Amino acid sequence: MQNRNLLSLLLIISATGLALAVNFAPNNIFLGRDVSIRLGLDLQGGIQVLLRSADPDATADEIATAARVIEQRVNALGVGETVVQQAGNNRIIVELPGVANPEQAIETLRGTGRLEFIDSQGQYLAEGTIVRTSSSPNPPQLAESDTVTDVTSLGPIYQSITDGADLDTSAVQPTFSQGGALGSRPAVSFAFRGESARRLASFTAANVGRPMCIVLDNVVVSCPVINAALTDGSGIIEVSTEADRNRIFNQLKYGALPVPLVIETSRTVTATLGRESVAASITAGVVGLAVVAAFMILFYRGPGVVATVALIIYTIISFAIYRLIPITLTLPGIAGFILSIGLAVDANVLIFARLREEYRRGRDIRSALELGFVESWPAIRDSSVSTLITSIVLFMFGNSFGVSLIKGFALTLGLGIVISLFTAVVVSRTFLRLLLPLFSDERAWWFGVDRRSATPTAQAVS
Amino acid sequence: MEHLVRRRYWWFTFSILVILPGLYMLFLHPLVTTGRFTIGLRPSIDFAGGALWELRFPETAPERLSTDRIAAAFAAAGFENALVQLSPTQIDGKAVAAALVRTRPLSESDPNTEIDAVMKALSTEFGNVSRERLESVGPTVSAESTRSAIIAVLGASLIILLYLTWAFRKAPHPVRYGVCAIIAMLHDVLVVLGIAAILGATIGLEVDALFLTALLTTLSFSVHDTIVVFDRIRENLLNRHPAETFDDIVNHSLVQTLPRSINTQLTTFFTLTALLLFGGDTIRNFVLMLLIGLISGTYSSIFNAAQLLVVWEHREWRHWFKRGRRDETAPAM
Repeated sequence: MQNRNLLSLLLIISATGLALAVNFAPNNIFLGRDVSIRLGLDLQGGIQVLLRSADPDATADEIATAARVIEQRVNALGVGETVVQQAGNNRIIVELPGVANPEQAIETLRGTGRLEFIDSQGQYLAEGTIVRTSSSPNPPQLAESDTVTDVTSLGPIYQSITDGADLDTSAVQPTFSQGGALGSRPAVSFAFRGESARRLASFTAANVGRPMCIVLDNVVVSCPVINAALTDGSGIIEVSTEADRNRIFNQLKYGALPVPLVIETSRTVTATLGRESVAASITAGVVGLAVVAAFMILFYRGPGVVATVALIIYTIISFAIYRLIPITLTLPGIAGFILSIGLAVDANVLIFARLREEYRRGRDIRSALELGFVESWPAIRDSSVSTLITSIVLFMFGNSFGVSLIKGFALTLGLGIVISLFTAVVVSRTFLRLLLPLFSDERAWWFGVDRRSATPTAQAVS
Repeated sequence: MEHLVRRRYWWFTFSILVILPGLYMLFLHPLVTTGRFTIGLRPSIDFAGGALWELRFPETAPERLSTDRIAAAFAAAGFENALVQLSPTQIDGKAVAAALVRTRPLSESDPNTEIDAVMKALSTEFGNVSRERLESVGPTVSAESTRSAIIAVLGASLIILLYLTWAFRKAPHPVRYGVCAIIAMLHDVLVVLGIAAILGATIGLEVDALFLTALLTTLSFSVHDTIVVFDRIRENLLNRHPAETFDDIVNHSLVQTLPRSINTQLTTFFTLTALLLFGGDTIRNFVLMLLIGLISGTYSSIFNAAQLLVVWEHREWRHWFKRGRRDETAPAM
């Protein structure tokens, strides 16, 4: 018996020590693993979007390819903890935390990246003009903006010289243009292969001195004058700012998306609001924990102190597990954790209430304690299972349409149930057993038990 | 204390009194006011689609901000019928004007142009305006969310019922326990939905994905509490003294579990109240609904679920109409 208690104590101490080591690991690195706390978009700011194929007939393969291209573009942005995930048959979830201009970033990511050279019939088209081209006569930008059914009113269809599919992505590089009237400007170099390269060569050879427009996803980038024939199909796109250069480079480098994507759902939160939420949650958590601890100690005295220690161990282990798995904490996730504090105490309340009851029936403290644990177990088990069922259902429900808020709540609540089974049962039992030698009838008050009261509920109602 | 079971029809009446106004707001009120049969809950953009803007106006004094001016700016940018709600906030001890605006969803193909138009219209009117949050949900997604929400609630209830029947398989009449627990659970769902409907009509509370989470959590808490009470009844039934009636056993079990019910209720109440007071605006409604569900769940486990077992044991419904009791319809809830 004594050996078993010491073994349990050893287990508790090593589990807590391990958890502390994770929580206070220097530079948040524990055994070569990053154990920093992950904050969800609602706490650190950022954007979450649900992209859907604009073309309802897109195949699952095309969506998978699109997701891969977007993932490469996201990785090139260099922000941490991003998510690109295919959801269902025709959707892609993208999450970008901590981006300064999230909507702009998303626009770049979902740009189809189809580079075309068009025969502008000798005109200079203004930068940013949306044009119809022979390979993409119905750009989504024009399709939605109005209800016009007369397609000719949308403007002429320009002849495409090149096909975006022929772009050699390995030749796409950021660069600077050499001199010229405007001096050195940011640019992106490119090269076409195959049929597109041949057509580009013959068109430029025939039109030296005339403008030719470069179009990206039906938007005019620039209309440079052809100085000489581009015989090898390669050239550069000049732009005015480095931001534009980076955007175009990112869209071209990883290839074009096989299908155009639209933004079905988007959620943006600023970092300011996120920081305020974190501060609010910490206050709520600390106040909640303190009030519960005060209540338990006032009401159950000695066992209440044990329950508080168990609660603190519970908190330490929970956070260590959040860091290890890792679990992304969201605002409802924190609410789930704070709620689980109440549930973690519930098991202790069940045990202690039972202990008081058995003691009042005239049992000695040792058997009252053991009976308290044995008799309260079915209720603790059954109620934990029912809460666990609910968290699993909530998790699956949250998973089905990518609401990370619900998933966060379900995860912390469900984990809380499992962890609290350990802390409330094992930790409390071991500590109470170890404290037993201190018990005597004169000190019964310290153990929160007494035999005087005949009605077991007289105190509870107070 | 010995009257807990004897007064069962008082407890049922109290439940009915709480539920009836909510039921009216849920089902009859929309019919009376609009003439159409709808559910009296205000769906959020999660379920109805649309966009939600949280804006702060650091250069405008809170009292100078009006919903009409903001709505006009939105209309000028192409968002007609914007619903504006002022929500002044404190930043570093200073009052800052802020508002929540609900509009139609953003364009799927070119949202940024629309956002820019709105921000431009707002800044000509109010100077510097910061956009703290913007959520836009398209119509297809919201329809799918509504469907999976209904599936989640039904699925969770079914699994819990199965588990309860299994957990009480050794008690006499296990189905009674399952059914009484489910009735208590339905009671809590009606209380939460009814209060949500009342708050929706009065302070504009919206039913969103988090509300649904609160509802499902209420279900699990309700069953959690009921299990603890039933567990004690089961145990006392197995160690029954010959002189004890079923009423005595239920009453005794309730008295025994009362300290635990009250204490657990209190600890969870404390943590949730801390969240309600300090947890921030975003989850305030969520926590409020959890709190209501929690109180209702504890009440229903003591005053409905266990009492219904007694009603069932005596098959009291045979006497309701003969005696013409005041609360005769109560247990039918």
